Amino acid sequence: MPGNTATSDQAADMTTDTTIQISNLDFYYGDFQSLKNINLTIPAKKVTAFIGPSGCGKSTLLRTLNRMYDLYPRQRAEGQILYQGRNILEPGVDVNMLRARIGMVFQKPTPFPMTIYENIAFGVRLYENLSQGAMEERVEWALKKAALWSEVGDKLNKSGLSLSGGQQQRLCIARCVAVKPEVLLLDEPTSALDPISTAKIEELITELKEDYTIAIVTHNMQQGARCSDYTAYMYLGEVVEAGETDQIFLRPAKKETQDYITGRFG
Amino acid sequence: MNGTNPVYRRRLFMHRIGIALSVAAMALGIGFLLWILLTLVVKGMGALNLSLFIESTPSPGGTGGGLLNALFGSVLMVLVSTAITTPVGILAGIYLAEYGEQSRFAQLTRFVIDIMLSAPSIVIGLFVYALYVANARHFSGWAGSFALALIALPIVIRNTDNMLALVPTALREAAFALGAPRWKVALMIRLKAVRSGVLTGILLAVARISGETAPLLFTALNNQFFNASMNRPMANLPVVIFQFAMSPYDNWRTLAWGGALLVAFGVLGLNILSRLLFTQEHPN
Repeated sequence: MPGNTATSDQAADMTTDTTIQISNLDFYYGDFQSLKNINLTIPAKKVTAFIGPSGCGKSTLLRTLNRMYDLYPRQRAEGQILYQGRNILEPGVDVNMLRARIGMVFQKPTPFPMTIYENIAFGVRLYENLSQGAMEERVEWALKKAALWSEVGDKLNKSGLSLSGGQQQRLCIARCVAVKPEVLLLDEPTSALDPISTAKIEELITELKEDYTIAIVTHNMQQGARCSDYTAYMYLGEVVEAGETDQIFLRPAKKETQDYITGRFG
Repeated sequence: MNGTNPVYRRRLFMHRIGIALSVAAMALGIGFLLWILLTLVVKGMGALNLSLFIESTPSPGGTGGGLLNALFGSVLMVLVSTAITTPVGILAGIYLAEYGEQSRFAQLTRFVIDIMLSAPSIVIGLFVYALYVANARHFSGWAGSFALALIALPIVIRNTDNMLALVPTALREAAFALGAPRWKVALMIRLKAVRSGVLTGILLAVARISGETAPLLFTALNNQFFNASMNRPMANLPVVIFQFAMSPYDNWRTLAWGGALLVAFGVLGLNILSRLLFTQEHPN
């Protein structure tokens, strides 16, 4: 299996500080198997990019990490995803608590229909009882973390929907960061944004990896090359090759990977 | 470029025919609507004076009189049925939107509500008559309110259900991704995202029941005198219009025109209000 060899390559240089360890993961939409025997390590405080052509399962893989698929009765995952010493696919796991530790940002910006302040406070209130002062500090902290404070600090009572697309996406990142997760899952976070907003988000990703473990799905190979430390190339529900980004982009071990990266296919 | 291309000329010709037919169809609808409104204004204006609002319906053969009792009864019964319909309708709509795809029971409920939407209102009136009036042995404002609520309920439920279905999946997933429990996602994110649409549905349901006559005939009946007790037969505009319009007394018929004017423009006002409310929050 291509996935297996990739992991053993990886294991040599990623033994330290492993955050998420995926082994023998299969995923089904009804009868259709969309992930096949995935073995992958997502190292702590690094950016891991999932690349591959449309429909290869990269978003599906990302959505197993916070059990987003739980919302849909016909979707199921089998195998093991170890996080903090526990298989998060087990039935007993508190999914809400899991999602508070593993935040997610989506393809299109999804501001809630409320003020900028409330957008951030909503998530925080789910787990913490903060005084008004502490909440204001947290909102400011999160907005600064998402490089948005300088633009919206004076209009926190405006609707989150009034912001531009790029600002909305950074608001979503701020909202995610505000609940103090350990892992950020980014599902093509810039595919709906203009180049300048994209550059801002990419810069932000580089800053955020100081504190967070990040997994990002991207269609844009330059983006993967620019902001990730590790890359997994996926095709037809399998991890074809995974390793350090430089190695995958400069000296891919497999011909399929090389073909995709050089744009000969995909 | 001067329209010499035969394919283009033919297309332009078809386009003009299509536009002409559409305008004609619209003119037909608008024409009748304006005719009705104009007739109401011309015939109803004569009844519009202060006594219409401060006097109750006159006795047979009596002079003058107004519609105070009917106005009061109509507003009270519509308010009571709205107070019943709003919470029940919104909660049921949320249930359908949240579980409608997975649960057989929810699918059955949605089907039954679609039937209720098109049930003749007189059947609903008779239903409340058989269930409530026949057992209580008297007509009452409560019975009228229940009948109106049964007509408004499926409208509010279906509209809430439809509106909630418009909320993008990504928005719900974003709330779930923060670890929010399902009830919070449903109430604080999903419902909030379409609150103006849900409110519009309630206003439209109010507009609909304000003019309903048949369900009140067997439930609230009518009352010649001013009455504020929901336990007694209650005057209301539609039934007063129905009875007075066919009476032999000139002053009764004038009052019927006045009442019809009030109901028609009240409903028109509610519709315009709901339209304004909806477009304000959804500019597109």
